[in-house]
Amino acid sequence: MSLAPILSVKDLDVVFATPRGPLQAIDGVTLDVRPGEILGLVGESGSGKSVTLRAILRLLRGNAKIGGQIVFRGEHLILATERRMQQLRGASIGMIFQEPMTALNPVLTIGMQIEETLAAHGLREAKARRSRAIELLHQVGIPSPQDRLGGYPHEFSGGMRQRAMIAIALAASPSLLLADEPTTALDVTIQDQILKLLKRLTTELGMAMILVTHDLGVVAETCDRVSVMYAGRVAETAPVDVLFAAPRHAYTHALLRSAPGGGAPRAMLTPIAGQPPQLQAPAQGCAFAPRCEYSEARCLEGRPPMFALGPDQASACHARDRLPPWRAS
Amino acid sequence: MSGAKASRLSATAIPAPLLIGAVFVTLMFACAAAPGLLAPYDPVAFDYSALLKPPSFAHPFGADNFGRDILSRTIYATRIDCQIAFFSTLAPLVIGSLVGLAAGYFGGWLDILLGRVIDLVLTFPFLVIVIAIVAVLGPGLVNMYVAVSIVGWVFYARLMRGEVLVQKQLDYVGAARVLGFGSARILFRHILPNAARPLLVYWVTDMALKILLGSSLGYLGLGAQPPEAEWGVLIADGKNFFTQAWWMTFFPGAAIVVAGLGFSLVGDGLADALDVKR
Repeated sequence: MSLAPILSVKDLDVVFATPRGPLQAIDGVTLDVRPGEILGLVGESGSGKSVTLRAILRLLRGNAKIGGQIVFRGEHLILATERRMQQLRGASIGMIFQEPMTALNPVLTIGMQIEETLAAHGLREAKARRSRAIELLHQVGIPSPQDRLGGYPHEFSGGMRQRAMIAIALAASPSLLLADEPTTALDVTIQDQILKLLKRLTTELGMAMILVTHDLGVVAETCDRVSVMYAGRVAETAPVDVLFAAPRHAYTHALLRSAPGGGAPRAMLTPIAGQPPQLQAPAQGCAFAPRCEYSEARCLEGRPPMFALGPDQASACHARDRLPPWRAS
Repeated sequence: MSGAKASRLSATAIPAPLLIGAVFVTLMFACAAAPGLLAPYDPVAFDYSALLKPPSFAHPFGADNFGRDILSRTIYATRIDCQIAFFSTLAPLVIGSLVGLAAGYFGGWLDILLGRVIDLVLTFPFLVIVIAIVAVLGPGLVNMYVAVSIVGWVFYARLMRGEVLVQKQLDYVGAARVLGFGSARILFRHILPNAARPLLVYWVTDMALKILLGSSLGYLGLGAQPPEAEWGVLIADGKNFFTQAWWMTFFPGAAIVVAGLGFSLVGDGLADALDVKR
């Protein structure tokens, strides 16, 4: 686990210019991913998970301003030219989407879409492209790949489409895969298959992956490390078993407690009171403080810094040592 | 793979309007392709023994004031009217598609500029502006194509722009960008085929409109020039003899109706078959 990170994001800021004033979607996000590792990025809707992924690929719209540092294999992506980004996208950094129904081009066969990616990233020979496409479909677990190459997306089921999309993303052997809620649109059994597939692929290919999700179950099953995001900031980063055993941020604590299955059977769920903050007016102090049971005066006054708690663990919470065990077990 | 495709096509029954339209259009293409084989007479040969002869077995559509066979002239005219249908829509289709693609995809000042140009062109009634341009350029088929193209591309551009705005929001376009594809590849290989359906339907329907327009301009003496046989020209020739020889105007008129109906039915049928909302 002491490999050098393949991607490190430092103090990333993303501000969208909107008609109602600037909107701070990402506020000082810092994270690392190492080869072969799956980093989970969890948080509720609007916490900035997807924006972070899009910022890494520089796919944000024109009204977004990016600040901070994104270093991918020693290269500063924020400073890279659009041409260079085009080379990196697909070839070195792949991405898969939430909706496999709409992320595939409906008028091209699966084979054409895979081969196009291969061609765009330098595989000239048609025969080699075809055999690589078959190999990829096989790799993602699509049965009789030769016959499926000629199929159109509408001829594939939801799970198969997601597999095909993973095959396309893997076509040029990227060293980093960004997965934006890849299983949200799938039913539970398929979800499990896809997660197992992704986990197997990162191990086999030594690829790093950032998995964005709002599903804590997915995180527990799949990820090596987790960063919890709240209101555009990273609240806590920890190895997955450490985080689930003993959260060190009041938000993570409240989040885990609110998940179904955390308490006794048939018990009422424990929601987090209040609403996430408006991003138009970033909080002075900790963004979670207004909803937090453990907040103190200093939480509201200034932003708590990231306190390093271990080699892979950090939390931006003053109450990190006062949190009770979250499960009675 | 090919087996699956064939079964999919045969499984969908071809709707009656599309079939009828296709028969009309095929008939028209046949006339345009081989008028010599189908026409019983030379369309420009005078026959003074047949002056203004009403329809008979020898001349099913009758003969005109020079004894020329109306059936043959109507068949030969199909060739020119097919040309009109094709050439007066081709440039608008190509130019309009490209402009619409660029405007919809890149947006910004390009889009704003295009919007103003379209508004400007649409301010004038279509026929009036076409006639004005032909009046400046001089009558004739080629000038008519030019005039129609100068005005006609805006409809295609507007349609394509709207379609691109829809398509570019879809995930597969984002996925294409994530795969590192350049704008040209995304535009032509990914967006264009997905955005083409409404344009295809409009194109076929537009052919019907352009046949009507071509005939109108021919009738007014601004399009095809006599002695070229064109339906509008034939009707113009016949209008002076309308009380004595109704067949001189009736049959070319009927040909226009059949052609227009044919293209319209094919267009509507395609719209239904391709599930294009209009």
